[in-house]
Amino acid sequence: MMEDCLSKKIEISVSEAEKRTGRNAMNMQETYTAYLIETRAVESQTEGQCSPPDSLWRRYSEFELLRNYLLVNYPHIVVPPLPEKRAEFVWHKLSADNMDPDFVERRRIGLENFLIRVASHPIICQDKIFYSFLTQEGGWKEMVNETGFQLKADSRLKALNATFRVKSPDKRFTDLKHYSDELQSVISHLLRVRARVADRLYGVYKVHGNYGRVFSEWSAIEKEMGDGLQSAGHHMDVYAASIDDILEEEEHYADQLKEYLFYAEALRAVCRKHELMQYDLEMAAQDLTSKKQQCEELATGTVRTFSLKGMTSKLFGQETPEQREGKIKVLEEQIHEGEEQLKSKNTEGREFVESAWADIERFKEQKNRDLKEALINYAVMQISMCKKGIQVWTNAKECFSKM
Amino acid sequence: MSTGGSGLGTPRALPSSGPRALRDMPHPLAPSSSEEGPAELTPSPDLLLPRSFAEKDLSLPNGTPVDTSSPASSSSSLLNRLQLDDDFDGETRDLFVTVDDPKKHICTMETYITYRVTTKTTRAEFDLPEYSVRRRYQDFDWLRNKLEESQPTHLIPPLPEKFVMKGVVDRFSEEFVETRRKALDKFLKRISDHPVLSFNEHFSVFLTAKDLNAYKRQGMALLSKMGESVKYVTGGYKLRSRPLEFAAVGEYLETFALKLGTIDRIAQRIIKEELEYLVELREYGPVYSTWGGLEVELAEPLEGVSACIGNCCTALEELSDDMTEDFLPVLREYILYSESMKNVLKKRDQVQAEYEAKLETIALKKEERPKVPADVEKCQDRVECFNADLKADMERWQNSKRQDFRQLLMGMADKNIQYYEKCLTAWESIIPLLQDKPETK
Repeated sequence: MMEDCLSKKIEISVSEAEKRTGRNAMNMQETYTAYLIETRAVESQTEGQCSPPDSLWRRYSEFELLRNYLLVNYPHIVVPPLPEKRAEFVWHKLSADNMDPDFVERRRIGLENFLIRVASHPIICQDKIFYSFLTQEGGWKEMVNETGFQLKADSRLKALNATFRVKSPDKRFTDLKHYSDELQSVISHLLRVRARVADRLYGVYKVHGNYGRVFSEWSAIEKEMGDGLQSAGHHMDVYAASIDDILEEEEHYADQLKEYLFYAEALRAVCRKHELMQYDLEMAAQDLTSKKQQCEELATGTVRTFSLKGMTSKLFGQETPEQREGKIKVLEEQIHEGEEQLKSKNTEGREFVESAWADIERFKEQKNRDLKEALINYAVMQISMCKKGIQVWTNAKECFSKM
Repeated sequence: MSTGGSGLGTPRALPSSGPRALRDMPHPLAPSSSEEGPAELTPSPDLLLPRSFAEKDLSLPNGTPVDTSSPASSSSSLLNRLQLDDDFDGETRDLFVTVDDPKKHICTMETYITYRVTTKTTRAEFDLPEYSVRRRYQDFDWLRNKLEESQPTHLIPPLPEKFVMKGVVDRFSEEFVETRRKALDKFLKRISDHPVLSFNEHFSVFLTAKDLNAYKRQGMALLSKMGESVKYVTGGYKLRSRPLEFAAVGEYLETFALKLGTIDRIAQRIIKEELEYLVELREYGPVYSTWGGLEVELAEPLEGVSACIGNCCTALEELSDDMTEDFLPVLREYILYSESMKNVLKKRDQVQAEYEAKLETIALKKEERPKVPADVEKCQDRVECFNADLKADMERWQNSKRQDFRQLLMGMADKNIQYYEKCLTAWESIIPLLQDKPETK
């Protein structure tokens, strides 16, 4: 399956970010960041001749449009999330400014990751609109809008309705929805605490930097102890400075977790779609049942339940048999139609469940793999931090021992 | 311990600051004894050799070798002693004092803590080889005051702060009592290692007396007289020739105390930051655990990370506890030490001022009386004794300071290394857990 992926055929990278100024729809001046997408056919490389990559510029809002399009057109797919629009869960040293170079750089990596994820997905990688997003700079927006995908989007209200009114939800999907809610809350909690942990750790290291200065000042009045103090002070400076790199690296780990925080939302979208379909199905079934009932009532002349129709017939007298015949006929036609509809909805639903579940299984595998790797990287980072700490303190100890 | 045999007599004679101190006040080296002093002591060959003579002013008028008062002065050990001179620990110890076993006493009037003071010694001045008494802070305070009065030319080690901010510190908390016990222990150890102070009469009473209060009352009357002799208030008098070394020490102490104060603040701040870090870390670990509860395949790795962070928490807590208990008290002791040192320097200046004032007076009357009067000579002797005592003590102090700080800072580095090693082990141990499961597909 993976062999057919677009990612096997072309190499995708977001290689540059550029600040731009332009006019928006309201003809107001705005500043935004554009990202350079480079694509290169893999085959041309294997042939040895390295052709220059095709490249085009896209801005974040276009990525958003692409993703919305994918969401609507592939409701059974856990669509890869975009990196955050605004910096969240950052520790105080990092700027939350959208134009901050560090933030732009991290977003560049995130956008590249998004494109690679889509291109590696067995189904959505084949999408034409996605392909043109990568290869066709002008007219792409118009092309997306022509697909009329927005019309297919489900209204929020309807979705909300579905959530509360579905009678017999699929347990697998309710469990999954529950899981994505929990996942989202646990990861956001984790990210929040991690940012605070980073803040505090930063404090611990930086305060040690003060030793650097005071040791050096103190060394000036000491004779035998002077040299040792002076050089130990230098090691304290090194120690304090080492935290910057450590935390910068850790930010990458936070970004990996953030991707899964947003994946939780994508997972929920699939569940919501399922609910909606289930709701539609149930509504259709209900409609059919009531029509069948009406038909039976007309045919037998009995009114089983109290209804307005029953009331009017009592008040204004019975219809003629011809009228009744006609009504029954119409109803029978509707029932037939409804049955067909129900059948197709059932098939559709089954297909949805089948394909959605397949993608969810794929997603779970990907998630387990990714997160394990992220955790290993995190542990490796901690190990390297510990080793650095041991190194610096061992050096300092040697200086102290010479005092 | 070489207090046996012929050595026995010498130590008794040397530390005149011992039992005789009271009568010889204000200072054992007071000129009154200067005539007989050298005559009495010169026969002992030890006296010419000790390091204080080599390094210091040889023209000490009375020649009483303050610094050599280590009782281990049998001639055979002389060579050894000279070789060990640089090594602080090389001095023979024959008096071991420990402070332990704090006990809380609740009376109607007050609540206080007493500490057990245990003494083990081979010194002949003590009737028994071992003593054990209970003392409270007040008694330590009394001892220190007595030492300051009776040995005005010496640097008396500091006591831990007397006053604690009520409400901020719980005086009866285990941590406070333990920190204080350590400081009191250090105080007595410093005295018992001191070649002069350890022979002080008040000190031995403090170590041995069953009823210290009775002795305190008895001493009151005697001592009220001698206190005066030290009180030369030389307000505003500018010394004409304050020895350079003392001026330098004064300046040094200013900076030293300032820097220690800064280090103290930094250390406290670090501990505070570490504790805040610990609070966050304690919340951080369990989140991984919660997450693990949601997962199937990731459950074990996430639990592993959680446990690992838990281990790091424990290590961090140990680190900050160690720093609070071991690092801060030593800094404080030295800040107080520099205060004691400043006080002795002040006293020294006063004694010199008195001498200079007297010199001036006779300079005016020189025509009438060509001979320098005895009391001025006495005064000069006193200045010189003071200088010698103080110089020796300062040297001792510099040595022990260097050693203490080397130990302290190496300890700090060690604690940090240990902390990182514990965290390292924790993180390394979870790597296999994360890699273990073969990847599906």
